[in-house]
Amino acid sequence: MSKDAEDLAQLDRRIVMATQAGLPLDARPYNWLASELGVERDLLVERLRVMLDEGRIRRIGVVPNHYRLGYSANGMSVWDVPDEDIQTIGKQVGELEIVSHCYHRPRHLPDWPYNLFAMVHGHSQEEVRGKVEQIAQLLGDKARQHDVLFSTRILKKTGLRIGG
Amino acid sequence: MDELDRRIINNLQGGFPVCERPFREAAQRLDTTESELITRIRCMLDDGLLTRFGPLYHAENMGGALSLCAMKVPAERFDKVTEQVNSFPEVAHNYQRDHEMNMWFVLATETPEQLDECLREIEKTTGIPVFNLPKKEEFYVGLFFKV
Repeated sequence: MSKDAEDLAQLDRRIVMATQAGLPLDARPYNWLASELGVERDLLVERLRVMLDEGRIRRIGVVPNHYRLGYSANGMSVWDVPDEDIQTIGKQVGELEIVSHCYHRPRHLPDWPYNLFAMVHGHSQEEVRGKVEQIAQLLGDKARQHDVLFSTRILKKTGLRIGG
Repeated sequence: MDELDRRIINNLQGGFPVCERPFREAAQRLDTTESELITRIRCMLDDGLLTRFGPLYHAENMGGALSLCAMKVPAERFDKVTEQVNSFPEVAHNYQRDHEMNMWFVLATETPEQLDECLREIEKTTGIPVFNLPKKEEFYVGLFFKV
């Protein structure tokens, strides 16, 4: 890595650290952040844009507390679908409005036969189960078996700390 | 929560501008003023309606490693194992779920090697196998909770 690239990587890291808790609620948040980091605002803005473009930043905005918005039930639905169809099925399930995250994960046979995970949100467990049933109907024979796991207790929640 | 709060939640879960006066620019789209928008976000954060305001980072694209892990923990040992697993700083979230596979946690480390190492340490400490379920592919559409 060249010296310049190293400096930029170092700066990006410091930006991540400085925004771990969020952006300042100031009319000029990026000026504030730039002066905090001792860099020019234009450089900071450029690095943020680069990180957005490269997908290192998913997005910038508000993160609602879904429990407080009434989405108190979330079920992790898990599906055993043919590996050769997972692309099509994953996209199909991920597009549903009720699904927040949809991932292809490895099976661990015989303990764990499921290769597709879709987080389903609702106002009650009953609502979530109904939505999972809708997905089951949508997938038909392609879903050889499925289950839905509800969280019964949060054991730890510290949030991700990255770049630290 | 009133109409403006809802508009903010529904329209500002992404796309917050990167410019000199981002709140002013966002406020125009939301048909409000810069100072009102700042106040609303502050109030919703204080109120717990929002958990965060700012950039959301993508751990893997940042070079870090992330995985979902699961364990079958015997009921009589559950509290002890919870304590053991939670004591690892690499464990970001941990949930109990109603399944034989009853403990689900997210491991986050700076490198993939550290992740494997941490996994083995957890197995050694608890004496229980850890099922590693790293994502192979993401079919993500960006959930935006509508209110």
